[in-house]
Amino acid sequence: MSFNNLDTLYRQVIMDHYKKPRNKGVLEDDSLTINMNNPTCGDRIQLSLKVEDGKVVDAKFEGEGCSISMSSASMMTQAIKGQNIEDALKLSKIFSDMMQGKDYDEDLDLGDIEALQGVSKFPARIKCATLAWKAMEKGLNDGDKQ
Amino acid sequence: MNIQDIRSYFPILHQEVNGNPLVYLDSAATSQKPVKVIEALDEYYREYNSNVHRGVHTLGTRATDGYEGAREKVRKFINAKHIQEIIFTRGTTTSLNTVAASYARANLKEGDEIVITYMEHHSNIIPWQQVAKSTGATLKYIPLQEDGTISLEDVRNTVSTNTKIVSVMQVSNVLGVINPIKEITKIAHENGAIMVVDGAQSTPHMNVDVQDLDCDFFALSGHKMCGPTGIGVLYGKKELLENMEPVEFGGEMIDFVDLYDSTWKELPWKFEGGTPIIAGAIGLGAAIDFLEEIGLDNIQAHEHKLAAYALNKMNEVEGMTIYGPKDASKKAGVVTFNIADVHPHDVATVLDAEGIAVRAGHHCAQPLMKWLKASATARASFYLYNSEDEIDKLVEGLVKTKEYFSDVF
Repeated sequence: MSFNNLDTLYRQVIMDHYKKPRNKGVLEDDSLTINMNNPTCGDRIQLSLKVEDGKVVDAKFEGEGCSISMSSASMMTQAIKGQNIEDALKLSKIFSDMMQGKDYDEDLDLGDIEALQGVSKFPARIKCATLAWKAMEKGLNDGDKQ
Repeated sequence: MNIQDIRSYFPILHQEVNGNPLVYLDSAATSQKPVKVIEALDEYYREYNSNVHRGVHTLGTRATDGYEGAREKVRKFINAKHIQEIIFTRGTTTSLNTVAASYARANLKEGDEIVITYMEHHSNIIPWQQVAKSTGATLKYIPLQEDGTISLEDVRNTVSTNTKIVSVMQVSNVLGVINPIKEITKIAHENGAIMVVDGAQSTPHMNVDVQDLDCDFFALSGHKMCGPTGIGVLYGKKELLENMEPVEFGGEMIDFVDLYDSTWKELPWKFEGGTPIIAGAIGLGAAIDFLEEIGLDNIQAHEHKLAAYALNKMNEVEGMTIYGPKDASKKAGVVTFNIADVHPHDVATVLDAEGIAVRAGHHCAQPLMKWLKASATARASFYLYNSEDEIDKLVEGLVKTKEYFSDVF
């Protein structure tokens, strides 16, 4: 591998989200708050989700971590805002398949998220990319039970 | 010390990673293994694999001799007075947990204190947290100086006559700081406390003499000193070990077994329940032979030279933050750093593309990370097989990392 191959990991759109994260912050009031960390490396995320009538109406995140974990969090919040719970969880499943290098419906328009596809070639970094998504899954699954 | 000769003993070093010659700078996580250690394991499994202390047969005797011979090598290596003071364990974590579970739980009560430092590895923090919770004892921390070292004045101010256990690492896995164990032990003893030493990062790199240190317990891991994974040692003073209960019960550690009661074997076997780590101990013995042949003094001098060289070169890179003492003479071969605003994970990934292996994260020392006000750091750690040329490659890699990320930003 050379530095050129690194470009498959560090795509420009990833760096853009890292440098200018979307939906950074904390939601007030009756939102769901999910804290999650990656104990092997110290990355951490606090995700707040506002769910109304089975729909994610708002999502924000705070956290510390590498370019991959923070850009993934930024993209995830962007992608699920306005989605209903079921679709958000479906997207999470597609993302998980993508990270594991499994086949997924390539006709789907995943937007910015597609840039993270290269992460699957860097096994040590997959956990960085999935942190925010796991937090989202946990929030929506647990929130659903309440 | 001829570095090319030394490198030739380590088969793993002669490979390419991602199209570049491997530069292994993660020995503080685990060291590479010389061919002698690999051969010792291979020979045991091919020629005399057998259980110890039981068989009358020839292979059983050979295995027992190998296992107990390794114990004697360890005794000499750390200069313990008696061979009964050397207990084989799974590693430093198990050794420290044994002291916590056996000695500490039996001897501590409410109002007693356990004293550790802010720089400890999780394995020398959590066992004591658990003891404190179950006995009602209090856990206290010795603070650090600006450069990450410990001052004896702070030790004196933290340790009191209520302190029953002081437990400190000899060399920091993050800062590379070498702690004044002998002096700390003296302060612990003056206050009536016992002294426990985490030697995981010292035994690979320097001469250790437990009688000179006068510590009461000393823990080490084989895999960090050219030995196999899964083998470690707990040293304890005989009079303390004799009065301690075993932690694991079962085969191998018993004397007589009755229906409702049993008695234990003598030291050290009462602490080695179950079939012991035979191959691991034999491999550790081979690692000790190897290190002694080269000489711990030579290894330490080589690492000091590398640390000084690395500090010098890395400090020249703009945007570099180096944690711990800036004076290489106060340091073992560990340099922990951050570069510009690049996250250490990203640093490690970019360096890996160049074939350079470094560690990124919190290094199993979250309280220390908090003290450093860093959520994560990158770490390069050196051993006897590393060269100045490899440090040059690291520095080149770091400059490229910075450039790479300044391009995309």
